[in-house]
Amino acid sequence: MLPGEEELLSKYVLTLYVTGTSPRTRTAIENLNRICAQELDGRYELEIVDVLEHPQRAEDERILATPTLIKQLPPPLRRVIGDLSDKEKVLLGLEVRSAAPSPSRPEAK
Amino acid sequence: MKTDNHRAVEKLRTGISSLDIIAKGGLPKKRTTLISGTAGSGKTVFAVQFLAAGIANGEPGVFVTFEESAADIRANMRSFGWDLAKWEEEGKLAFVDASPDPNVETVEAGAFDLGALLARVDNAVKKVKATRVSVDSLGAVFSQFSDQTMVRGELFRIATGLKAMGVTAVLTAERTDDHGPVARFGVEEFIADNVMILRNVLEAESRRRTIEILKFRGCDHQKGEFPFTIVPNGGVIVIPLSAMQLSMRSSSVRISSGNKDLDDMCGGGFFRDSVTLVSGATGTGKTLTVTQFLQGGATNGERCLLLAFEESRDQLIRNANGWGFDFEKMERDGMLRVVCDYPDLSGLEDWLVTIQQIITEFKPQRVALDSLSALENVGTLKAFREFVIGLTSFIKHHEITGMFTATTGSLMGGDSITESNISTLTDSIILLRYVEMFGEMKRGLTVLKMRGSGHDKAIREFTISKGGMQVGRPFRNTTGIIGGAPMQVSPSDVERVWTQYDKAIERRRPESIPGS
Repeated sequence: MLPGEEELLSKYVLTLYVTGTSPRTRTAIENLNRICAQELDGRYELEIVDVLEHPQRAEDERILATPTLIKQLPPPLRRVIGDLSDKEKVLLGLEVRSAAPSPSRPEAK
Repeated sequence: MKTDNHRAVEKLRTGISSLDIIAKGGLPKKRTTLISGTAGSGKTVFAVQFLAAGIANGEPGVFVTFEESAADIRANMRSFGWDLAKWEEEGKLAFVDASPDPNVETVEAGAFDLGALLARVDNAVKKVKATRVSVDSLGAVFSQFSDQTMVRGELFRIATGLKAMGVTAVLTAERTDDHGPVARFGVEEFIADNVMILRNVLEAESRRRTIEILKFRGCDHQKGEFPFTIVPNGGVIVIPLSAMQLSMRSSSVRISSGNKDLDDMCGGGFFRDSVTLVSGATGTGKTLTVTQFLQGGATNGERCLLLAFEESRDQLIRNANGWGFDFEKMERDGMLRVVCDYPDLSGLEDWLVTIQQIITEFKPQRVALDSLSALENVGTLKAFREFVIGLTSFIKHHEITGMFTATTGSLMGGDSITESNISTLTDSIILLRYVEMFGEMKRGLTVLKMRGSGHDKAIREFTISKGGMQVGRPFRNTTGIIGGAPMQVSPSDVERVWTQYDKAIERRRPESIPGS
């Protein structure tokens, strides 16, 4: 395996669907940024979609709830809904094995 | 906004004509109406029909499905003659498919709302310029998410959102019991402004569908349950009994019963939009009376419809031939249509709709049904009465002359369930009776009732031969025929009674008519 290939394969492609700029939207974005920084260490691409501006994208993806986080890559496709305040569930949903396993202190900085 | 307070709630004609009658003009406009019912009560059909009727009227619609996939609904609704895919192509219909996707695993991690759903509905409404929205069903939203409190709150938000979009919406909801709480989760009825209930009750081994408007906020509607049926190429058809009775007219034009003697007994024939009940035991000549009635119509250039539930087509034609009537020729000439079927094939509501469709299509001037008694056991007594009321008012409304037959249970005298239940609904009653005389069965006939006309009060003997019914003299020396126990009276006794009767009348005359 060439160096860099592993990195490419394990790169996370994420889309976060939100409704407008509500407090819940902000919470979700903050939570996601923190989790990504802690666990994904730069190995991710994140797009944020406001369903009020792009309702057709929500239609195409058949999204009901906001916020909804979709992991397109790596497979399998996964969805996590909610403001992502439960880090353990987010990691479970994204099938990310924590880089530094510390389940007892999920919110520690 | 000020004027809104003074204006009454407007109604939207749904285009489901029978529903508009019981809803007194339609569903409240720009409001939400909950349709609640048990599994199989017809909620989804109703929800789609609401849109289909709108599209037929140039009002586009949006269908939000939480339960079945859009593809399934498209396929299922084809049998009703609704081509949803075509309407989608033409931009008259849009789906918001919110059914669960079994391929996607979803994890809940924190608080969320259904903002995306509302944005999608809003998008779809704008896209096709929809004025109608159907949501099917609210209960299925609860099963997609674990946080029930959130779902409750969000459903309120969606209902509010729909009103803000200015659309008239139908929301369906499940209930577990036909006579229990309005809906399963106990909140659905508070989400919508109006509530309608669809029932599908098992009564006497048959299903009976009814629709009830439970509440219309701020406007009027008819109360109580109305039977309805779901038919292919039509969907939900409500049978609005009370509305039918109001629209009846009355004609004074006389038409022939097909038998000169019977016409004379009826004071010159039947009225054109009247319904006659012919009641008698088996073999007394009911089918003959019907056959004459149809022949009389055909001779007069009137189209006739025979609904036969007792005998097969071949039997009817053979019997008619025996009396000298040629049904096959009448059919060839387009003057007669014979519809033969087993009464148990479908429910009474379905029969009513089927018969109405045949009448609308064939446009007969005369309709005969032989016999009502065969339909008696298809449903409950209530359903039977509704059927007769529905049919009677329908044919009167179309100025059709009707003749129904009823079979009495006992050979001599007696009445039938049919007779005792519907005699008030018919205009005329003709009784056919066996009369036992000196070891011989004779047939007797009397006109018991003839609304709006004088008629012969005698019980007359009649014979059946080739050429039909020959009415003869009254049974002057016999009493107790109708009671089923004929008794011979000596001619002198009869003479004495009649003489006394005449004298009594003569004695009263100077008082009542002074000067004569």
